[in-house]
Amino acid sequence: MPAVSKGDGMRGLAVFISDIRNCKSKEAEIKRINKELANIRSKFKGDKALDGYSKKKYVCKLLFIFLLGHDIDFGHMEAVNLLSSNKYTEKQIGYLFISVLVNSNSDLIRLINNGIKNDLASRNPTFMNLALHCIANVGSREMAEAFASEIPNILVAGDTMDSVKQSAALCLLRLNRTSADLVPMGEWTARVVHLLNDQHLGVVTAATSLITTLAQKSPDDFKTSISLAVARLSRIVTSASIDLQDYTYYFVAAPWLSVKLLRLLQCYPPPEDAALRSRLTECLETILNKAQEPPKSKKVQHSNAKNAVLFEAISLIIHHDSEPTLLVRACNQLGQFLQHRETNLRYLALESMCTLASSEFSHETVKTHIETVINALKTERDVSVRQRAVDLLYAMCDRSNAKQIVAEMLSYLETADYSIREEIVLKVAILAEKYAVDYTWYVDTILNLIRIAGDYVSEEVWYRVIQIVINRDDVQGYAAKTVFEALQAPACHENLVKVGGYILGEFGNLIAGDSRSSPLVQFNLLHSKFHLCSVPTRALLLSAYIKFINLFPEVKATIQDVLRSDSQLRNADVELQQRAVEYLRLSCIASTDILATVLEEMPPFPERESSILAKLKRKKGPGHLPDIDDARRNVNGSTEPSENTEATKKSSPSLMADLLPTNRPRPASSSPIMLSAGTMGSTHPFTDLLNLNSTPPSGASLLVDVFSDISTAAPAEVCEENFLRFVCKNNGVIYENQLLQIGLKSEYRQNLGRIYVFYGNKTSTQFLSFSSSVTSSDTLKAQLNVHAKTVDPVIEGGAQVQQILNIECVSDFTDAPVLNIQFRYGGTLQNIGVKLPVMLNKFFQPTEMLSQDFFQRWKQLGAPQQEVQKIFKARHPMDTDVTKAKILGFGVALLDGVDPNPANFVGAGVIHTKNTQVGCLLRLEPNTQAQMYRLTLRTSRDSVSQRLCDLLSEQF
Amino acid sequence: MRFLLLFSRQGKLRLQKWFTPMTDREKKKVIRDMMTLVLARQPRTCNFLQWRDLKIVYKRYASLYFCTGLDDQDNELLTLEVLHRYVELLDKYFGNVCELDIIFNFEKAYFILDEFLMGGEVLETSKISVGVSMEEADTLQETMEEYMSKPAY
Repeated sequence: MPAVSKGDGMRGLAVFISDIRNCKSKEAEIKRINKELANIRSKFKGDKALDGYSKKKYVCKLLFIFLLGHDIDFGHMEAVNLLSSNKYTEKQIGYLFISVLVNSNSDLIRLINNGIKNDLASRNPTFMNLALHCIANVGSREMAEAFASEIPNILVAGDTMDSVKQSAALCLLRLNRTSADLVPMGEWTARVVHLLNDQHLGVVTAATSLITTLAQKSPDDFKTSISLAVARLSRIVTSASIDLQDYTYYFVAAPWLSVKLLRLLQCYPPPEDAALRSRLTECLETILNKAQEPPKSKKVQHSNAKNAVLFEAISLIIHHDSEPTLLVRACNQLGQFLQHRETNLRYLALESMCTLASSEFSHETVKTHIETVINALKTERDVSVRQRAVDLLYAMCDRSNAKQIVAEMLSYLETADYSIREEIVLKVAILAEKYAVDYTWYVDTILNLIRIAGDYVSEEVWYRVIQIVINRDDVQGYAAKTVFEALQAPACHENLVKVGGYILGEFGNLIAGDSRSSPLVQFNLLHSKFHLCSVPTRALLLSAYIKFINLFPEVKATIQDVLRSDSQLRNADVELQQRAVEYLRLSCIASTDILATVLEEMPPFPERESSILAKLKRKKGPGHLPDIDDARRNVNGSTEPSENTEATKKSSPSLMADLLPTNRPRPASSSPIMLSAGTMGSTHPFTDLLNLNSTPPSGASLLVDVFSDISTAAPAEVCEENFLRFVCKNNGVIYENQLLQIGLKSEYRQNLGRIYVFYGNKTSTQFLSFSSSVTSSDTLKAQLNVHAKTVDPVIEGGAQVQQILNIECVSDFTDAPVLNIQFRYGGTLQNIGVKLPVMLNKFFQPTEMLSQDFFQRWKQLGAPQQEVQKIFKARHPMDTDVTKAKILGFGVALLDGVDPNPANFVGAGVIHTKNTQVGCLLRLEPNTQAQMYRLTLRTSRDSVSQRLCDLLSEQF
Repeated sequence: MRFLLLFSRQGKLRLQKWFTPMTDREKKKVIRDMMTLVLARQPRTCNFLQWRDLKIVYKRYASLYFCTGLDDQDNELLTLEVLHRYVELLDKYFGNVCELDIIFNFEKAYFILDEFLMGGEVLETSKISVGVSMEEADTLQETMEEYMSKPAY
C-alpha cells in the first residue's frame, strides 16, 4: 500500500500527537492540551474565516483530545459545517467527529440531519455511505424519526449500488434495535427477503443480518426467508471453497454468511415442508462431516472459521431439538472438542454442551462426559474454562448423578477462584435442594457450604435451609444434632451461628435428652459465640434465647441473668436493647401457657419457589427484575390478600419477615409486646388495604333488587383491563377509579367456585342506591351459573362492603360474565361494567403423575384437533421461578423431572365441569436465546385445548 | 457486537467503538473493567470470558489488545476472525501496521473499521472490496498543497 495518506494529510495534527507523546507527565500533557484548546478556540472565534483544510485539522485535533479522555465543549458547529463540504476528507472528518462526540440531545441535531439528508439524496455512493454510517453510529431516536422511513426505500431501490445497499441494510438493523417502533414495516419487507438471492455475497450477508433481527421481532412476516436461507446455505456448503473467490476465508467458504444464515434459521422451528427439511438436514450433516476431514490449512484462522460454522450448526440442531441422530452427532462432536488441545474449543464445547444437556434426546449422551468435565474442573489452568465446567455440571445434573456432582463442586469450592465462589455456592444449594432424596444429605451439604465458603453464602441460602427444616419434621432432629456438632468447632462462620441459633431455638428440645447436649450445654455453646457476632446475628440469638426459656424452663434463670446484664439491657444498639428488655419482661410476667402460645414452634412456611434460583439469575446478568405482577411469586400461597404495591415491591424482605415470629399466625388478641419484640429491624410493610379479614356487614336489603330491576341500563363499556392478570391468580384488585375500588378473593373446588367481591368507597361521601349484578351472554348462561347475593344499597364514605358470588361450571366455556355496578354519587348515577375473571382454568384440579403415565397419556391425546400449539414472543423477562409460579397459579400440577429438558415445564390437571371432566396436559418450552415460548396443550376436547392455550399464552 | 476496544499492554486506549447507546459513565466503566480483566489474563489462556451478561472475546496482536463484547447469540470463534480480518485490513492499508500507525492515523483506523463493521455487524467481509473503497477514498484526498493554494472562502 502506498503511503499516500499516512499522516501527511495533516502535518499539524501529527506534530501535536507527537508533542503529546513526548510529555513526561500527566500535568505536562494537560498543559499542552490546554494550550492547544486555547489555540483552536481562538482560531474558531477569529475574524478570519477558516478554510476547509484548517477546519478539518482543528476538528481532528479536538477529536484526538476527546479520545484521550478529555472533555470537549466546542467545535461541534465547525464539525457540522464540514458536512456540507464537497471535499470527501472534510466531510469524512466531520462525520467522524459527530459519530464519536455528538449525543442525541444536541441542539445541532437538526443541522446534522440536514447534512445527512443532502448526502443521502446526492446519489453519490461514497457520500451516501458516509451518511448511513453516521446514522448507524449515532443511532438516536431523532435520527430514527428523521430517516427510518427513507432508508428502506434506498435499500430496495433497483438502482442502488451494492455497497450502499449493504450499508442501508445494517443501518436499518441498527435503528430497529434501538427504535423498532419507528421503523415502518411494509411492502419493502418482502423485497428485503429476496435480497437473500442477490448475486453479491456482501449484500446477502448484510441482508441476512437485517432479516434475522426483524424476524426475531415478528417471525411470521419473514417466514418466506426460511426456504431462501436453506437454499443459499446449501449452495455455500456444497461449493468448492474457491468458487466464492474473495468471500472464501482461509479455505472456508463464506463463513460469515454461513453463520448468519444458520443464525436466521434459529428464529424458526424446523421447516414443515419435508423436502426443505431434508435439504437442511443434509446441510447440517455436511457441516458435521467436514469437521472430520483433515484441515486444508494449518493456520488457526482456517480452523476458527470452520469451527465457527460448526458451532453455529450445532446451535441450530439444539434449537430445533427434533432430530435425535443429529443431536447425538453434535454431542459426540462436542465430546471430541472437550479433549481438544485448543483451549478455545474446550471452552466453547463446554458452553454448547450446557444447552445440549437440556434436550431430552441428548441429555443422556451429555451425561457420559461427566468424568471429562470433572477432570476439566480440576485441571484447567484457565478460570473462565473452569467456570464453564461448573455451568455444565450444573446443567447435566439430575437425580442419578447429583451426589457425585455436588461432592465434586464442594471439593472444588475449597480452591475455587474468589470471583466464582458465590455462584458455585448458589448452584450447590440449588442442586442439593432439587435432587435431595433424603434431607439429611441436604442439611449436611448446606452446612458444608457454610464451613467451606461461609463468606459467600448469601442470606437466601441460609434462609432456605431453615425453611426446609421447619417444613419437614423428619429432618428436624437430625438438623439440630448436626448444627450442634458443627457449632463445636472453635472458629465457625457467623452464618453457621445464625442457622444454629435458629434451629436450636426451634428444635433444641429434640436433642436435649442426651446429657452431652443438654439445654444448658446448648445455651452455653450458643452464647459462647454471641460476643463475636454482628448485631443482626446477636438479635437472632436473643430470639433463640427466649425460645429456650419456653422450651427449657430449667435454664430460664440462667438466660434471664444474661438478658439482665448491662451489656444487654443497656446495649448501645437500640434493637438489641429493646429485645433484651422485652424478652426479659415477657419471661417474667407471662404465664407458662401464654409463653407457650407466643413462642410456639414456627408453623410451616408456605411452599414457595426457591429464591436462590432468582438470585442466581440476577447474578447472571443485569436482566431486569420481573414486573410487579410477576414479583408475587406465591400465586398459590394466597397469604397476601391484596394487590398493595408497597407490599409487592418488597418481595425479598418478605422472606425475611416470614422467618421471624411476627408473621406467624396468632390470635388477634396477641400482646402488643410481641409485635415489637418480633420485629427485627424491619417492619412488615404490608397493610390490609381491602381489609379482607374483617367481617363485612351482612344482611341484604330487599330494596336493592327493586331498584336494580328498574335501571339495568348496561354500562357503556366493560372494563377488562385487569382480566388477564387474574388468569394465574385468584386475589387482587380488579377495578379501580377515583371513586371505587373493587377487590376480589376467590376460591374454587372442583366445578364450584365462590368469589368474594369487595367494594371500597374511596371517597368520604356515601354511595347511594348501590347495586351490582352479574350478566352473562346467552351461550354462557347455559355453560356457567353465577348467583350473586344482594348487597347493601348504601356504602358509607371510606367503607367497604362485600358481595358473595356463587359459581357453578356446567360445561366448558370461553366467554366471561360481566359484573354490572350502579350507584349514585353526589347525585349522578355511576355505571360500571367489569369483566369477571372466571375462566375455564379456575376449575382445574392439579394431577400429579409419573413420567411414564404422562407420556402414555400424551400419546393418547395425539389426534390433531386435541392438540393446540402456539409459539409466541416473551413479553416479560424469562424467569423460571415466575413461570413456574404462573403455571401453578394456572391450576395444573407442575411435573418435575418428566420433561428430559429441565428448562421445559410440564403440567397436568383435570377441568371439572358439572357434565364432564376433561383431562389436560400442557408443555411449555422456553427458548431464551430467541426470547420465545412454545406452548402445547392436549386435552380430549378441542374447545378446551384452544381456550386454555389462549388464556395461558397471554401470561408470559 | 456491542463494542470494540483497542488498548495497549500499558492500558492506553487506542480506539473505542460503541455499537449500542451508552452513557459516558457506562463507557468509562466498561473500558476500565475490560482493561483490568483482559490485561490480567495469563498468556495462552482462552480468548473468551464472561462479563456480566456479555461474552468478551479478546486477542492480543503485538503490543495491542483487541477486545469486543458480544451478545449472547453472537459467535465467539467468528468474532476472533472479525478481529483478525480487521488487523489484516489495517495491515494492508498501512503496510505492516504497528501501534504507532494507529496512534498517528487514528482517524484512518476508524474509517477502515467503518468500511468493515456497521452497527456491530460485519458489513463487508471481502478484503478486496474494503481495500478498494479505502483506495477510492484516498484518491479523493487532496494534498495539503492543493488545500493551501485554494483561496479561503
